[in-house]
Amino acid sequence: MIELIDVQKHFAGQVVVHPLNLTIKEGEFLTLLGPSGCGKTTILRMIAGFEQPTEGRIVLDGADLTALPPNRRDLNLVFQHYALFPHMTVEDNIAFGLKMKKLPQTEITKRIEEAVAMTQLTPLVKRFPHQLSGGQQQRVAIARAIANKPKVLLLDEPLGALDLQLRKNLQSELKQLQRSLGITFVYVTHDQEEAMMLSDRIVIMNNGQVEQIGTPREIYATPATLFAATFVGENNIFSQDGRLFAVRPEKLRATRDTAAAKRTGVVQDVLYLGSIHKVIVQLDNEPMTVSIALDFTDERPWEIGERLGVDWGPGDEVNIGA
Amino acid sequence: MKKSGFALLPVLLWLSIFLVIPMLIVVGISFMQRDADGNLIYTFSLDAYKVFFDSLYLGIYWDTIVLSVATTVICLLLSYPLAYYIARSGPRRQAWGLALITIPFWINFLIRTYAWVLLLRTQGVVNSLLMNLGWISEPMQMLYTKGAVLLGMVYTFIPFMVLPIYVAIEQMDRRLLEAASDLGASPWRSFWHITLPQTKSGITTGAVLVYVSTTGMFVVTDILGGAKSSMISNIIQTQFLGARNWPFGAALSVIFVITSLILIALFNRAMTSRYESVKGGRA
Amino acid sequence: MRSKKSPWLGLHSLLMMIFIYVPILFIILFSFNDSRLSAEWRGFTFDWYVSLFDNDHVMDALQNSLIVAVVSTIVATLLGTLAAIAVRRSSRRLKLGTNGLMYLPIVIPDIIMGLSLLVLFRILEIDTGKTTIIIAHITFSMSYVYVVVSSRLAGMGKQLEEAAQDLGASPWQTFRHVTLPQITPGIISGALIAFTMSLDDFMVSFFVSGPSSTTLPIYIYGQVKRGISPEINALCTILILVSVTLIFLAQYMLNRGKGQKKQKMLPF
Repeated sequence: MIELIDVQKHFAGQVVVHPLNLTIKEGEFLTLLGPSGCGKTTILRMIAGFEQPTEGRIVLDGADLTALPPNRRDLNLVFQHYALFPHMTVEDNIAFGLKMKKLPQTEITKRIEEAVAMTQLTPLVKRFPHQLSGGQQQRVAIARAIANKPKVLLLDEPLGALDLQLRKNLQSELKQLQRSLGITFVYVTHDQEEAMMLSDRIVIMNNGQVEQIGTPREIYATPATLFAATFVGENNIFSQDGRLFAVRPEKLRATRDTAAAKRTGVVQDVLYLGSIHKVIVQLDNEPMTVSIALDFTDERPWEIGERLGVDWGPGDEVNIGA
Repeated sequence: MKKSGFALLPVLLWLSIFLVIPMLIVVGISFMQRDADGNLIYTFSLDAYKVFFDSLYLGIYWDTIVLSVATTVICLLLSYPLAYYIARSGPRRQAWGLALITIPFWINFLIRTYAWVLLLRTQGVVNSLLMNLGWISEPMQMLYTKGAVLLGMVYTFIPFMVLPIYVAIEQMDRRLLEAASDLGASPWRSFWHITLPQTKSGITTGAVLVYVSTTGMFVVTDILGGAKSSMISNIIQTQFLGARNWPFGAALSVIFVITSLILIALFNRAMTSRYESVKGGRA
Repeated sequence: MRSKKSPWLGLHSLLMMIFIYVPILFIILFSFNDSRLSAEWRGFTFDWYVSLFDNDHVMDALQNSLIVAVVSTIVATLLGTLAAIAVRRSSRRLKLGTNGLMYLPIVIPDIIMGLSLLVLFRILEIDTGKTTIIIAHITFSMSYVYVVVSSRLAGMGKQLEEAAQDLGASPWQTFRHVTLPQITPGIISGALIAFTMSLDDFMVSFFVSGPSSTTLPIYIYGQVKRGISPEINALCTILILVSVTLIFLAQYMLNRGKGQKKQKMLPF
């Protein structure tokens, strides 16, 4: 569907995106995940055509896009701050791309109706952007993009400016929308929870480099690098005999049998989080704490200052390199 | 890239032809001589500058600098509290205050200078009022004095000072003041150590504008000072429009611009070092 | 947020406002005073306004001022807007250079600008008159238009134009349907400022005007040097009203359009 072939980007002599090869499949929800400045937005903007790759090619459905300006690419971008045209109504905003394509008026009307119905904007079509709430503006931005029936929808932190509750609601709406449209979504976010919830596949990025590409399950269960292991979900990193491995808090076991355990330590804190509670343990001989997640069925009381053993199964260790 | 450069061409050409080149010509003329009819003689000469240093013109320029500095200082002292008051008012009063200090900016300075003729002349408003009150028996000579010129300059240029200072105070991060008072600073100390250093850009802009404008303003001296109190700008104006001594007028213009730049640089440095030392003392 | 203020500050500000406005109010007041010379109130009259319109010199000057203001505003607005739009897409160096050049007319003292233009016109043997005044006014007005339109463009950001392109608009369509509607209030505001500056300018015009191209400010200067007259009071009152109205209109245009950061209009 979309292929990025050896794509790299330099800004003023600095490498922003290291050589990258990526194939995005038809109908896939792919997320570029990483901290700010990791290069994920640059990749999205290169696909959209607002940045030129320093090297490499971008191919959509077998056709090379690299030299095409944004207005001649059959994909649409949902901007971070929506970028709605302030002097146009919701309807005119949505119609903009269709008019540029010189579609017949009947087709334009039909497409607007579909787009607003799908994004639940029907009663708001005559309003101007400044008369809408943040969540409504977000919906208009999406409606404006999908009305064009693009092959790919690119989304640049589309929920970043919204508060938590609204975010949660819109996340599930987005997922449903993608399923019903069946088009490819390329989504950029720094929110790992959002990425896990929405994506078919996640590309974890750091410092312009891909750390790992995989399904949410793969990323969580078998992180490939130290960065991937700690950026997505909580993790405990151990170093032994020159190798690094990670064990998730829920895989660790707390035991009073200190002699048989792989590590020993002192309870530093106990945190109740409802369905689980966490025991934070200061390890002996190592300047680090580990976090053990225990579910609600575990009713053993732990005292702060108490000695305990920390244990795990050999299959729970995930190697993340040296 | 190339297209946009093309679109900039008309403006760049225009400003080169009607601004940059004419100013360079003026600099060139300042190194020339003139014949008895006022025509230029195209030879290199420092005569025009020599006239400036040999004669009473030095005295006039000194008077001009004193007047401009005095105008700047008075404007600063009068404007800062006003700008501070407006910037620290509630939104409604602030909007009104801002409008009220912006309006005079857009009223022609000729008209505003003329207003003082109306007030200060012998049969003017002030004299009539004082005589009716019985405070004076004879009208006072207020127009055509140095005091009238200073008053007129301050009046003309005070908006140039209030606006930049207002902007600087308004844009200041007010949390700094809250932090300062939270840390136990008295209002006066907060003002001295935070507000004043934070607003020095506004003070500098205002001072430069007032100083340069005062030096270049021949109308106020003309109207309120009468024939006696010529300033450097009156002399420059006469050289070009009356006496037709272009080299001398050009030399005076060059001197005006260069001394202004020097004074601005000195002032800038004084402002910087003053506050650097404050910062140093606190660190 | 209102911080505690000393009452002296309030009193000072009040006195400053009185200082700034009382002289102007006296002009307005005396323009309605039924006495040619007296500083005392002799009753209300419109005579001075009426006689203004019978005065051929005033009417000529008004006509000159309007011709100069209209022509210079049109040219300055076109040039300034074009430059503001073009400079956004140019290289950093060209941008810095253009900005520097554009601010020059704003920072250079009027007297220097006036005399250098006079020298230029004399050397080129161009007779001073309306044309030379128009050229001079375009030179400084252009910069104000440029500054206002640039700030409007900067306030707009790049995202809207990118969004348009992303939706399939060509560069020209993007300009026509998105950029232009967004900056129109800025262009109008810049034009109003240019018009006001032209109508008000004395210093520069004084150097480059000819005998038959007296503008209103030049006329007022000549009259004021001769002493006070009630017609001048009336003329000044009209000019004050026109300038203030135009500037408020310009400010209103600048802040029009939601979603834009509110901008304060400063004349420098």
